[in-house]
Amino acid sequence: MSSGAMNHPLLQLFITRFREFIRTPEAVFWSYVFPLVMMLSLGLAFRSDSVEPVSVCVEAGAAGDPAVQTLQSNPRFLVFRGNPEQCRQMLRSGKAELVLTVEGSGSEPLYHYQLDQTRPGSVGARDAVNDALQRAAGRVDRVGTRDSAVTEAGSRYIDFLIPGLIGMGLMGGGVWGVGYAIVDMRIRQVLKRLLGTPMKKHHFVAAMMASRMVFMIPEIIVILILSRLIFNVVSHGGYVLIAVIVLLGAFQFASIGLIIASRARTLEAVAGLMNLTMVPMWIGSGIFFSAERFPALVQPVIRLLPLTPVISALRQVMQEGAGVVTILPDLGLMAAWLVVTFVVALKIFRWD
Amino acid sequence: MTYAIECRQLTRTWPGNPPVEAVKGIDLQVEQGICFGVLGPNGAGKTTTIEICEGLQTATSGEALILGMSWQTDADRIRQQIGISLQETRLSEKLTVLETLTLFRSFFHAGLDPVAVIDRVSLREKMHARIKTLSGGQKQRVAVATALVGNPQLLFLDEPTTGLDPQSRRDLWRVITDFREGGGTVLLTTHYMDEAERLCDRVAIFDRGRILAIDSPQNLIRGLGAEHVVAFTVTGSQQPAEDFGAGLPGVIAVRLESHQRCLSVREPHIAIPALLDLINRSGMQLSSLTTRQATLEDVFVHFAGHGLNEVTEGNVR
Repeated sequence: MSSGAMNHPLLQLFITRFREFIRTPEAVFWSYVFPLVMMLSLGLAFRSDSVEPVSVCVEAGAAGDPAVQTLQSNPRFLVFRGNPEQCRQMLRSGKAELVLTVEGSGSEPLYHYQLDQTRPGSVGARDAVNDALQRAAGRVDRVGTRDSAVTEAGSRYIDFLIPGLIGMGLMGGGVWGVGYAIVDMRIRQVLKRLLGTPMKKHHFVAAMMASRMVFMIPEIIVILILSRLIFNVVSHGGYVLIAVIVLLGAFQFASIGLIIASRARTLEAVAGLMNLTMVPMWIGSGIFFSAERFPALVQPVIRLLPLTPVISALRQVMQEGAGVVTILPDLGLMAAWLVVTFVVALKIFRWD
Repeated sequence: MTYAIECRQLTRTWPGNPPVEAVKGIDLQVEQGICFGVLGPNGAGKTTTIEICEGLQTATSGEALILGMSWQTDADRIRQQIGISLQETRLSEKLTVLETLTLFRSFFHAGLDPVAVIDRVSLREKMHARIKTLSGGQKQRVAVATALVGNPQLLFLDEPTTGLDPQSRRDLWRVITDFREGGGTVLLTTHYMDEAERLCDRVAIFDRGRILAIDSPQNLIRGLGAEHVVAFTVTGSQQPAEDFGAGLPGVIAVRLESHQRCLSVREPHIAIPALLDLINRSGMQLSSLTTRQATLEDVFVHFAGHGLNEVTEGNVR
């Protein structure tokens, strides 16, 4: 049973980490299920299947009846009727975008619109309702128009979101998985015990990072498969390139986890340091919305955060079909983070 | 012959205000093939000294040679030849006994078969059990097994039996004795004097960062000049003086030990009648009297001037 290769310390350390991980069901659950729940809930919340109808409240009264008939014949409109107080209440609560009161008499009506000028939905509703009513009253367009529908996979919010979630999963898995495990071993004096053996320190660190990477791969594959099956998210670029980004990203964040845990002696201390490290990236690196929305002043800082190049490279490959040359600056930045944090972490690492 | 361990003027000072001197200049030679005990109360500098020898701490000054090698130049070679068990290590609860030992075995060039080591510590039936499910004594035996699996020449055990039940202590004593009989050297710290008397060929008595005495347990006890202890309590209208009993024939030393008075005596059959006579003449009544052989505990008190379990300066137990 004990062949030479099996007894290599690097492999033994790796197997040990693997066993510890799979024998902690809660760790397995959270690292695999959490990103999926995130994907499903956000994907469903921001799905862009159909355009919501324009809701309008028409004040009660016989003068309004023709307008109501016109609007109800068009499926774009959702029409309510009510007295002035009820209509204004619907406007305030957002149930209706617009209140219409028909003033004047039968052949000479006057449409009185009440709306909140700062609400994009209200402004759009006023134009859409007015357009429909004016046409019904006989207005003719002077110039012909033609619409062609564009629903290209790769341009929806979910297509934007999936690379962000992959990046977030890589960050959380690496930082938590490595950082927490190391501090736990330090508290239990296991690190000190290992220091008392001839174990090579770089074997230990390499096994720690490699095991993290191996746990990561199934998680990313599951996200990619499910996002394809449920939301039809496809990559416009090569999956090999995605694998390269994911591997480099996993190593990068494992190394960042290592440096965070290199000196902490309590779980509270390491948890604080992890949050301190990850919160700027959760906010700044563009997981849920484009990082370009931040002011130009902070853009250089955002650009340098370790998560930014991961997500940027994934989006360029998946959404735009970019090749390796395009994402080379991102890969370079990731490699720089990996090397610098790894070297510093090994230097300042505390074994007891 | 090279010593298994040789410490020269070892000191360890923790920076602070004022600095804490954990070890204040220790000279120590441990011959190969013996079981050497380091005795002393908590805070005496035992763990600091043993961890410097294990290469886990660095000395502020002085040096520790292990099997003739220096930590500065031969750290890897030393680590291949020593086995250590820390005062408190919680091994991964999720691994089995065999998995744990296979991992530790992989670090050594010429270690032993993990299963054979599991047999040596009598855990064959627990081989596939997770560490989590073991008792305290069994966990401690696994910890010692991780020290044995590299087939060391020198075994460091820091308080291996603290907190264990009597049966578990005896199980571990047997493992230690077997290792020593196989030609290995053991350095063991303990604050159990009976453990040191039973296991150790030589002991060093530590107190407050210094060595008070080094010799075999028998010689240390003999060196007291009084191999018997007479312990007694009295009642009466007045409390006996501090040095009550001193100067009686055959009495070497007198001390108060919590609730009773102890006389170190050379010949009990002369000292006891003289003591009874003195008690009578002083108008007190004897309420208890026992005699016993002197132990290392008495040796410690003799050298340190305080009991093993008393609070020592700067060290709250």
